[in-house]
Amino acid sequence: MSAIEGLETAHHHADEHDHHHEAQSFWQKYIFCEDHKVIAKQYLITGILWAVIGITMSVIFRIQLGLPDSNLSWLKPVLGGWISDAGKLDPNFYLALVTMHGTIMVFFVLTAGLSGTFSNFLIPLQIGARDMASGFMNMLSYWFFFLASIIMFASLFLQQGPAAGGWVIYPPLSALPQAHPGSGMGMTLWLASMAFFIVSQLLGGINYITTVINLRTRGMSFDRLPLTIWSFLITAVLGLISFPVLLSSVLLLIFDRHFGTSFYLSDIYINGEALPNVGGSPILFQHLFWFLGHPEVYIVLLPALGITSEVIATNSRKPIFGYRAMIASMLGIAFLAFIVWAHHMFVTGMNPFLGSVFMFLTLIIAVPSAVKGFNYITTLWKGNIVFTPGMLFSIGLVSLFVSGGLTGIILGNSALDIQLHDTYFVVAHFHLVMGAASAFGLFAGVYHWFPKMFGRMMNTSLGQAHFWLTFIGIYLVFIPMHYVGIAGFPRRYYQFTSYDFTHKFMDMNMFISIAAIFTFLAQFIFLWNFFYSIFKGRKAPQNPWRSNTLEWTAPIIPGHGNWEGEIPAVYRWSYDYSKPGAKEDFIPQNIPYSQTPESNFPHENELIATEKVIESQNFNDQFKTHH
Amino acid sequence: MYIIIALVALVFIVLTGVVISRLQGVLKSINKTDSEEVETSGNKFNGAMFIVILIGGAVSITWSYLHAREFFLPEASSIHGRRTDDLFWFSMGILTIPFIIVNFLVFFFAWKYQHKKGHRATFYPENHKLELIWTIIPAIVMALLVFTGWKAWSDITAEAPRDAEVIEITGKQFNWIARYGGVDNNKLGDYNYKLIDAQNEVGIDLSDENSFDDFTNPSEMHIPVGRPVLLKIRARDVLHSVFIPHMRVKMDAVPGMPTKFWFVPDKTTADMRAETGNPKFDYEIACTEVCGQGHFSMKMRLIVDDEATYKKWVSEQATFLSTYPEYLAKVPENLKAKAMKYVPAEAATPAADSSATSAGGAGASSSLR
Repeated sequence: MSAIEGLETAHHHADEHDHHHEAQSFWQKYIFCEDHKVIAKQYLITGILWAVIGITMSVIFRIQLGLPDSNLSWLKPVLGGWISDAGKLDPNFYLALVTMHGTIMVFFVLTAGLSGTFSNFLIPLQIGARDMASGFMNMLSYWFFFLASIIMFASLFLQQGPAAGGWVIYPPLSALPQAHPGSGMGMTLWLASMAFFIVSQLLGGINYITTVINLRTRGMSFDRLPLTIWSFLITAVLGLISFPVLLSSVLLLIFDRHFGTSFYLSDIYINGEALPNVGGSPILFQHLFWFLGHPEVYIVLLPALGITSEVIATNSRKPIFGYRAMIASMLGIAFLAFIVWAHHMFVTGMNPFLGSVFMFLTLIIAVPSAVKGFNYITTLWKGNIVFTPGMLFSIGLVSLFVSGGLTGIILGNSALDIQLHDTYFVVAHFHLVMGAASAFGLFAGVYHWFPKMFGRMMNTSLGQAHFWLTFIGIYLVFIPMHYVGIAGFPRRYYQFTSYDFTHKFMDMNMFISIAAIFTFLAQFIFLWNFFYSIFKGRKAPQNPWRSNTLEWTAPIIPGHGNWEGEIPAVYRWSYDYSKPGAKEDFIPQNIPYSQTPESNFPHENELIATEKVIESQNFNDQFKTHH
Repeated sequence: MYIIIALVALVFIVLTGVVISRLQGVLKSINKTDSEEVETSGNKFNGAMFIVILIGGAVSITWSYLHAREFFLPEASSIHGRRTDDLFWFSMGILTIPFIIVNFLVFFFAWKYQHKKGHRATFYPENHKLELIWTIIPAIVMALLVFTGWKAWSDITAEAPRDAEVIEITGKQFNWIARYGGVDNNKLGDYNYKLIDAQNEVGIDLSDENSFDDFTNPSEMHIPVGRPVLLKIRARDVLHSVFIPHMRVKMDAVPGMPTKFWFVPDKTTADMRAETGNPKFDYEIACTEVCGQGHFSMKMRLIVDDEATYKKWVSEQATFLSTYPEYLAKVPENLKAKAMKYVPAEAATPAADSSATSAGGAGASSSLR
């Protein structure tokens, strides 16, 4: 619809399109808004609210695990009947907590909150477009996500509790209400919420892809795209291919639950009754789930890596090392992401030969990941590094990504996975490489683009304090967790008192829990900084980080259509930092080579001839498409 | 441990204090900075922090590893377990090298190349040779690790040897049930989930003569030492997963899809009691696939006996039929004579009587199948 609006604007107001929208009502401006910047903020705020809920849940179950003797009666006003009269957490609710923590963090925070925020915000601004290809679909995308959020949130208040079969909701546990209280209404709402969430992701993803392909400004060829945009594009493609598979697996599960089909059920005797279902396979669900579930890891991680590439290059004052290798490794990771899913299933009874194949494929994915790690390090080398909070979080991401990724090489080895599968070793691994690393990407993005989003600066010192406390806290939580995993502690255990082999590490678990609480408390620095700075932060300058990308050429608070007048044309890649001979240590993308003869390389001087052609193009301005 | 926690808390508090005091300085100087230069507040402090973290992190990881090591599982009690353990520590050793190198470089470069006024970064966008090198080296290391892992995996998942002791283990909410091939023929009889009831917990099919001498045990499993044991694994209601930490054994139990895992235990429970110096040591079987409220306590004792003790134990077990002679009614007429052998004499007569009344039912159920 924004395209249509743009069309009208061009008709009636020719050059004064920005006045056209002043008549918008509150609802159009802030609620059912089609402007990508507002939608991005909606995603971000919703994501932050979900993160608070999701992380609070983890703190509650960490108290249960690390301080099992503590009296939780003080939580009674919030959790009510889930806390027993003796002040103990209900074991069923413990499972609900770990399930909802996983679901919320993976889908609502790190998928919607990260990719939804920054794909929406940065794609039009960095490729030089007025808005997304379809503002209306974009708005729908957010509101479907909102609907999914409402349903999931409502499920938290059910008498029987929310879904509780683990975030992977393996049937038959999730299919049989008689197997667990959380598999009743809670699971129904989980499935409904997830169906709407997938619709939201698909609407968003189609939009991102279309926008990147069709609406790049003059001169913005694919080899001049910032790596952020590359990562968003690849992420959207991953999502578009894999989310429908999750939808189908969810639909089949709904059929099994409500319409008596037997896709996942066979040979079940439960509660004194033999069920009539035969011929189904619980393993089928796992294949379908992980066909999404594994790419999902990269859907979460790739945007964070893209953001990091941009932030590290900007604040090292250096071009990103190996721009093409970075793109190639992202494409490699994306491709391999689709053919490694069964490494989550080595010990499910799957054919061992299949296990060997997936082990080979899984370990190949370490190679492009390693290339990315080395390229980040080389970008830091001989840089002139400014420790903005965004930069600190990006450097932290590289450390977490590598530290967590290395243990993936252990887990991807099917022989070693036999012992480590479903232990805390796995929990430690994926929290570092995918949870914390992606969260750091989110933080880096927020700190870096906050000035563009709200026209104000976040407090740098508080940001730095937030970084150090979070970074140290994350390592204090997850390094010891590896030891617990090596000792064989299984995950999703309500308590460790039932077995002799888990009758140890009491103090280690306490340490992890206390570190988790510290890290949780440190996040309030961020929350305060974020919300305070929106209203009271220092006014942002035009280009606070002296960055090359196009969004910093737009007005400090961009209006509808992002640029007043013409959209800038692009003449160079986005990484001309510290170019030898240049006056400044950065040359924005919209500066033609003809203006920088002092720093041009010979092959760039040849490109001066093409500038006239680029300048005369004007295909992609959505406000000028009526002819 | 409390001391460490207190120390960590102290570090957190000191850090917060330092940062807030720096903040005051920054707030004061805000009005002064009007220049074009990038804002570099706190650069020295943050650069130094990377070195502090690098050294502190190295010390804490080393110390915590040495401290945690004594609580790891004892040496594996199965042959394949020691192999995967060796492989695990070998891989961990190799991976520690990139772990140290990468983290060192990230932190060291961050400190070394922090912003200096008037300094300019080196424009260094690519170096194909370098990129090729660090694509190929990880690829070679991966190939090495994959190959060793793949060899181990294929051996572990190969068909079980013919002489393996076959034991069935069934998971249900919330305990395990072991079933043995029997006191005589050592063959597991058929089963069918529709035959499950309160007594016949694993659905033993008594129309198969191999099942007459089968016996079950819902609380402990005995296995012989020094020869292959093949676990035939199934689940009755939802997914479970057999996990024997000391044996390095793990395999899911899936309703409708029997799975299996074989291994060679080579340390008896008595050996382990001597080795660990813990007279109460017991092998345990746990569940590692979330299965509901009682998931965390789905425990079964595992006892590894020497061959003679094991044989003796097996011969002393009461068969299912002798415990529940009324199930004689489910045995088809032509096999009744064979089955009688496993029914205690005094129970046989009333059981034979009741068989007349319930024969119709049994016949119907078998014709249903």
